[in-house]
Order: sequence, then C-alpha cells, then structure tokens
Amino acid sequence: MKKMFKTSLAVAMSVCMAAALTACGGSGSASGSAPADGAAQTTESADAGAKIKIGGSGPLTGPAAVYGQAVKNAAEIAVEEVNAKGGLQFELNMQDDAHDPEKAVTAYGVLKDWGMQASLATVTSAPGAAVSPSYAEDKIFAITPSGSSTSVIFADPDNLSGAFGNVFQMCFTDPNQGTASADYISGHADLGSKVAIIYKNDDNYSKGIHDTFVAEAAAKNLAVVYEGTFDDSNAQDFTVQLGKAQEAGADILFLPIYYDPASLILTQANGMGYKPTFFGVDGMDGILGLEGFDTSLAEGVYLLTPFSADATDELTVNFVNKYKEKFGEVPNQFAADAYDCVYAIAQACEAAGVTADMSADEICAKLVEQFTSMTFSGLTGSEMTWNANGEVTKSPKAVVIQNGVYVGVEE
Amino acid sequence: MKEKSSIFSRFGDKQHRGRLMSFVLVIIAYIAVEVLVKTGNLGSMFSSLLVPITCYVVAAIGLNLNVGISGELNLGQAGFMSVGAFCGICVSGILAGSVTAGIPRLIIAIICGAVLAAVFGFLIGIPVLKLQGDYLAIVTLAFGQIIKSIFMNAYIGIDTDGLHFSFVESTFKLQPGGKMLLNGPMGATGTQKIANFTIGTILVIVALFVVYNLMFSRSGRAIMAARDNRIAAESVGIPISRTKMLAFVTSAALAGAAGALYGLNYSTLVPNKFDFNTSILILVYVVLGGLGNMTGTIISTVVLILLPELLRSLQDYRMLIYAVVLIVIMLVTNNEWLMTKWKSLFAGKAKGGA
Amino acid sequence: MQFLSYLINGLGLGSVYAIIALGYTMVYGIAKMLNFAHGDIIMVGAYIAFFALTKYALPFPLAVLTAVVVCTVLGVLIERLAYKPLRQAPSLAVLITAIGVSYFLQNGAQILWSSSSKVFPSAISTGSISLGSASVSYLTLITIATCIAVMICLTLFINRTKTGSAMRACSEDKGASMLMGINVNMIISITFAIGSGLAAIASVLLASTYPSVYPTMGSMPGIKAFTAAVFGGIGSIPGAFIGGLLLGIIEIFAKAYISTQLSDAIVFGVLIVILLIKPTGLLGKKINVKV
Repeated sequence: MKKMFKTSLAVAMSVCMAAALTACGGSGSASGSAPADGAAQTTESADAGAKIKIGGSGPLTGPAAVYGQAVKNAAEIAVEEVNAKGGLQFELNMQDDAHDPEKAVTAYGVLKDWGMQASLATVTSAPGAAVSPSYAEDKIFAITPSGSSTSVIFADPDNLSGAFGNVFQMCFTDPNQGTASADYISGHADLGSKVAIIYKNDDNYSKGIHDTFVAEAAAKNLAVVYEGTFDDSNAQDFTVQLGKAQEAGADILFLPIYYDPASLILTQANGMGYKPTFFGVDGMDGILGLEGFDTSLAEGVYLLTPFSADATDELTVNFVNKYKEKFGEVPNQFAADAYDCVYAIAQACEAAGVTADMSADEICAKLVEQFTSMTFSGLTGSEMTWNANGEVTKSPKAVVIQNGVYVGVEE
Repeated sequence: MKEKSSIFSRFGDKQHRGRLMSFVLVIIAYIAVEVLVKTGNLGSMFSSLLVPITCYVVAAIGLNLNVGISGELNLGQAGFMSVGAFCGICVSGILAGSVTAGIPRLIIAIICGAVLAAVFGFLIGIPVLKLQGDYLAIVTLAFGQIIKSIFMNAYIGIDTDGLHFSFVESTFKLQPGGKMLLNGPMGATGTQKIANFTIGTILVIVALFVVYNLMFSRSGRAIMAARDNRIAAESVGIPISRTKMLAFVTSAALAGAAGALYGLNYSTLVPNKFDFNTSILILVYVVLGGLGNMTGTIISTVVLILLPELLRSLQDYRMLIYAVVLIVIMLVTNNEWLMTKWKSLFAGKAKGGA
Repeated sequence: MQFLSYLINGLGLGSVYAIIALGYTMVYGIAKMLNFAHGDIIMVGAYIAFFALTKYALPFPLAVLTAVVVCTVLGVLIERLAYKPLRQAPSLAVLITAIGVSYFLQNGAQILWSSSSKVFPSAISTGSISLGSASVSYLTLITIATCIAVMICLTLFINRTKTGSAMRACSEDKGASMLMGINVNMIISITFAIGSGLAAIASVLLASTYPSVYPTMGSMPGIKAFTAAVFGGIGSIPGAFIGGLLLGIIEIFAKAYISTQLSDAIVFGVLIVILLIKPTGLLGKKINVKV
C-alpha cells in the first residue's frame, strides 16, 4: 500500500508540473493580444483586426447541454450573418459552464482574460445569478438569451430591487409567464376549470413560473386542485402525479417545464387514458421537433410562446433552414432567443456607433442607453422594448397544436 | 504531554518531513500566487479558481482522513459541505446587520458551518459506523441524498419580524425589505461574497494541522489500527466505534468549514450543487493523491481542478479527454512494470544530476 | 381504487431497477467492484436500439438483439482495457476508473449523438387492460414478465451450468478457484458480458417505458439500481430482484401518499433503516471476518 501512495504521488507531481507549464502558457497567451484559447472557439472570418468581442457561457457538456449547445449554434449563425453583411464585425466566444455557478464564474474569468467587450451572459439561470454581479461590477454589457429568473437581473430578487442595470433579458422573466398563463386560462373557461400543475421542483425556471401562476390563480379564483413535483433524480416516472391529477378531477394540466419531460408526461398520460387540456409555456416549444416523438400525442396542447419554428415569416424560415442545414436539428426557443440577442446587440451597436476599439466600459454605457430606448423586432417577437431593470416587454402568443403544427389562437 | 515531546524528538524522520513538506508547499504556493496577483500576472480565470481550490482541498483533506486513515469509503462528503455552506450563508445573512466587517463574519460563518456539519456527522455517524465496507459506502451516499433533499425543501427567510422557517412549502410571506436566505430548490441568491484566498489558505493550513495532529496522536494510531485489523484492534482494547467516530466527525467538520467558505464565495448557491457527483469528484481527488497522503491530496486536487479549465480550447472534447486522462492515470499508477521503469528512470536522472 | 394501479406501476418501475440491479450485483459478486459505468452502458444500449429501430428500420426483436450484442462487446471491451489491468490494484482505484469510464461514455455519446434527447419509438404495444378500476398498460406487464423471466434464467444458469458453478466458485474464493483450474479471467469476462447484455435488455425496457434517450439517461437509474442491489444484499441475485421491486414500489408509494418532493429522501431513508436492521441487506450473506 505504502508504495502505491508514493508512486501515485510521483505521477501526480509530474502531471502537476506539466499542468503548471501549460498554465503559464495559457495565462501568457490570455493576457496577450492574440489569445490561442479564443481563436479556437471563434467563428471563422477573414479579417481579424477590428472585431467586437462577444462572450457568453452555457452548459455545453452535462445534462443541460442541449440548451447551451442550442444557444451556441444559433449565436454562431447570427454572428456569421452579421459579419457577412460587412460593416460591423463580431467575434463570438462561448464557454462551457456545465450549468454550474462555480464553472460559470470561471468561464467569466476566461472571457475577461480574452478581452470580452459585450456578452450573452449565461444560458441558464443559476449560473447567471452567479456572474451578473461581476458583469455589473466590471461594467460589461450583457444580455441573456434564456436566463429567465429574476435573480439574473436583480441583486435583491426577493424585493425585485437593486437591478444590475447592464444585464438584460431576451426571454420573459418567469413571473411574467406565470401571470400570463393564469390570466389566459382564467379568461378562457372553455379550456377547463380545475387546474393541476406538474413542475420541476429543483429548477429555477419551472419553480418561478409555478409560484407566480399559483399566486395569480388565487387572485383570479382559478381552482388549483393538485400540485405535483419532480426533480432531476425522478424525471422519468410521472404516473403518480398524473394519477393524482386525474383523481382530483383536473381538466387542465399546466406544465411550466421544458419539452423533454413534457414529452414523457404526454406519453404516460396517453397510456393511462387521461386526456385533460395540456397547457405549456415557452419551454414546451421544441416538442414537435423532438426526434422520434409521436406528434399526435401533442395534439390540442396549448402553449404560450414567443417563437415557433413552424412560423412562415421570412426571418424564421431563413433561420430554421440554416440551423437545420448546419446542425441537423430543428432549433428551439433557446436558439431563437440567442439569435435575437446577437441581432439586438448588432442593432444597438450600429445605432450607437460602437467600434471594436472602444473599451468594454464605454460600449456598456452606449448599449445600455440604446437598449432602454430602442425597439427591436426579431424571431421571438416584434417591437420588443426593455426597461431600465433589463426586463423585456414582448407579447407571448397563445398557440394550440393542431395536425402537428402550431395554430395561433385569438385572444 | 509525553505524546507531544516524542513527536518533536522524532522530527527528523520521514513521516515528519512529509508533514513539514505539505505546510511548506501550501505556503510557497500561497506566496507565489500572491506575487502573481500583486504584479497583475494572474488572469481572471485563475483568480476565480483560487477560493474554490482551497475549499475542495480542505474537503478532500477531510475525506482523506475518513477514507485513507480510517479506511471507510464515504460517498457523501458533499452533503457535509452543503450543511456547512448553507449554515455559513444563513449565519452571514443574519449577522449582515450587526457584523459589517467581512473577515470576522466569514470566520464566524466558517466556524458555525464546521460545528453544524460536525453535529450532522455525529448524528449520521451513529448508524453509519455500525456498518462495514460497501454497505457503509451506500449509507453515506443515502445520507448525502437525504441532506440534499432537505435543503431542497427548506425555506428560511429573515425580515424585520425576525427569522422565518418552513419545510416543503414556502408558507411565510416576508415583510418588504426582507430577504430569503434559503429559498428551497432555488437555494441562496444575492449572497454577499466575503470569502477570500488568504482565509482559504489559512483554512487549508488549519485543516492540515488538525489532521496531522490527529494522525500522529494516540487516537490516530488507534484509528489506523482499527482500519488495518478491526478484530485485532478490538482485542487490544481500542474502542472501535469511538475512534472511527472521531475521524468521521473531524472529516465532516472540515467539509463543513470548506462548504461555508465555498458558499460565501459565490453570490448564488443551489442545493443541487452538492450532489452525488460532487462527492465522487472529491473522492477522485483523494484516491488520485494517494490514500492517507495529504500532500498528494493537495496536489491532485489542484491539478484536477485546473485540468478541465486548461483543456477549454478543446471545446466539446474536453470532458472526454478529462475522462481519458483519469483512466490512464489510474492505469499507469497501478501498473507495477511501468512504475518500476519510471522509478529507475527517475533514480538514474537524479544520480546523473548529482 | 388508485392503490392497485400505484402498486402495479411501482412493480413496473421496480422491474426496470431490478434488471439493472442484476447486472450490478453479478459484477460485484464476482469481480468485487462497483461498476459505476453500468448505467452508461444502459444509455449506449438505448441509443443503439433507437438507431436500429429508426434509422435502419429493423424489426423490434432484431433491434433488441443488436443492442444486446453491442453492449456485450462494449462491456467486455471495457473490462479488458480499463478494469483487467487493475485486477491487483486496491478496489478504490478500480472504482475511480469506473467513474472515468462513465464520464467517457457520457461525453462520447454527447459528441457522437448530440445532447438533445430522442424519443424512443413505441415498439411494444401501447394499449392497456383494466383491472377493476385501475388500468395497466401492456408495457408494464411485459416489463414485469421480462424481469421475472430474466431472473429465472439467470438463477438456472448460475445453479445448473458448469460456467455458473465456476462463477459461484470465483465469488467465494478467487485464489482457490484458480487452483481448481478455473480460468478466473475468463469467468470475469463472461460476467461482464452477461451483465452488459442484461443492461441492453434493461435499456430497451427503460426507454420503452420512459421514451426519452439522452447521454446522461443512465446515471440516475444506475444509482437507484445500485441502491436496489444493496437493498437486497449486494452479490445476491434474488436479492437484487427483490431489492429492485421494493425500491420501485417504495418510490411510487412515497410519491403517491407522502410527498413528491421528498420521495428520494424517503427511499434512501428506508434503505438506511433496512441496513441498520440487516447490515448486509435483505438476502445478503453474513460476512465472517477472520483475524
């Protein structure tokens, strides 16, 4: 045994030395003007001179990788398009944070070493809450595609005060969606009257929408007859929650969750012969694009979403086709939000006359000024505006799935 | 008293040189890092890793006491970190009004985290240490999951009326200006970041001091005797459960202190952070560094935290390469033929150099 | 009466855990190692079956067979490359290597097959029959039946064949088995082959019941199955079966009658209580330690 300790120590030491050497190399290049790290990650383009460096982090590995990859892919497409127009030039650097606040802080460090001038912040909420104070402190402009929790934009999320001011959201805040959903359901008595909710207990997004939905439902006298939860370690079996909802006589099942578990819920409800009206939020978008999913199960599902991959307007068609061609998948909500983020930054940069040689500080002031005054139209909505807290105003559209496509329903 | 004097009189032997080496290593590393920071040569990425590294080092030293010295496989170390972390965050949040200076508040939080984790360790240790081998391992895993589950369902808030607490459902409403210290699965948000690298390094030194003093005391020898041969140790009158409990509780306390430091280094912390994977990660640091070898633990923790960061340029492939490196290191260090070759090479070079 | 349908759903979930736990427990019984990569072999099996069914449009039995063959080969390969060189090493070293293999498979799958989940086609009939007021899907019944069949086959194999008795000998005492002329390395390889083959069957059942296939899908069922194996007494084949079923039932009942939030805490709490009463699991053998 003793020998093993020593030998492993020897190897550990040697690895450490090797690592230390690489570390020196790494930090050297990071502080230099042409970082090796960044160059490998950026979208290729001809001229390397005057580019505005846009950073961002998201889960590119691990269980949440699907969201981070979507954002990275879509942002790449948007940056390529912006660069191809001539004029404004962007350089994108998406770092992996594995949906972990600790890694997000490290990724922020990497981006700062690289010389990031504006940022897509983080893809998910908890990491976002960890880095937002740093963005505020270092005065770097950030707009998150999908970090929807209030803790991403407020230093004191319990009282919705102390907004960072330079961290913006492209997606709705969670409370916004919960309230909108409860309003919609209470305003449409034909959908049903008894609501059951199944939400993901350990997810900021899902829990946030649930909380505000319940509060608004109480205000609107909407009967919530059952609330069931699940978390990462039980995200497969929903028979109990569905059975309980059925027992309670719920005729609307509100699902403030992402489409992966939602597809399991739809399948299992079908297997049990339980057929309430399913009502989802923007996370539900993507369910029709799931590889191998029997779309007939999603027939009649309502969802509030600002983006649908099946829309026929030119902008959406162009984006969806490009995404499919490049990555072989149908883009989801996250991808659309990321695409819009890049374009919104581009629009603001152009309007404010931002150039690549400006400091992050300077760019931040100009972009904040633009974002709080401009209107932006993109994939996820038209005529979007932002308030000084960084919250977006755009209208979620209620759609219902009919014959495997989204059909808009009038208010 | 006799114990102590004998330790000092044997200061020249190998054990004690190894012991000295780890302190020297930590202090040299600290000075080197401080010089880099002061001269502005340390990038933001490395600066952001300093505190978490010290946290994991302390937790890993604690776990090594448990796994290496006491010989009990513990798969729930992250659970104790989480106890310490949330306790530390709550203490810091409660004291925010009265103790405004960061450092004393941090120290109080770390001590509270360590104490509460030690209490948890003691309570959990009573049933756990009755079991042996892999059954013990799975029970520590189970407790780790239960602790995570508890924090996912705990709601603690503070406002002008005082402290509020509820379980499973958030039943209380805070006065305006109140603050949720722990908001169920969303964890703690808006935490004041008061941790720093100096306190982290001091904590590492304290951890080393505690563990070495335990290892080379009468109790430490009893712990190792119980590990090597339980029945023989029992037959010479060593109270097995008490000695094992000592190691288990110390280990939990160190994890709690590490957790408190960790929790106060980030503005947000979710209970999911301290799951089974984190426990496993700390175990990997310990095994790779060598069971019972604290210097090795420190080195392997630093290397394994830096490795994935240095592999960032490989993008999607980095965790794949990390996995391969992990497997290869385990294979190489346990391959006798390769190790003897390596050693002879090393010995030859050393001679040549001299 | 909802009770009956909860019970049957619990048995269905438990059967999936049981088949995975059988693989865990066999490997543990013979190689004395916790193969943390077992859950990820399930993930690979699910992907293989998915592609066989969708891309190559193979009939269902053939798809299952493909998954079984691929997983068996993969299992043996992993054993040869990563675990065999560590036969003499301390068990913790093997544990860490298994974790490395697990990371490797998860990240490899993400690179090969992307991180977005795929929906497993419902190849097994989706209908259901009603028992009184409760309705039970055919799939649940098939899962339970498969699990029982696998358990019986495995028990017969272990008790009645020559290889089986060699396996039992190895699990008792490797050194003595070697002296009796048993090729221990061969037996360990066979164990991994069978365990991985079972993982492939489990993967098809898991993916049919919960039709979502993604790179980390195996880790949580893997941990639960490990718990189930310990529940029943690790190393014991009937123990893994009973442990799996019990775990499934407890999980569903805890969700149904206590709280969906706390179901995990309850499952692990029951495990702790059982281990305190029976320190080697329900059917585990009492270990006699000699000085």
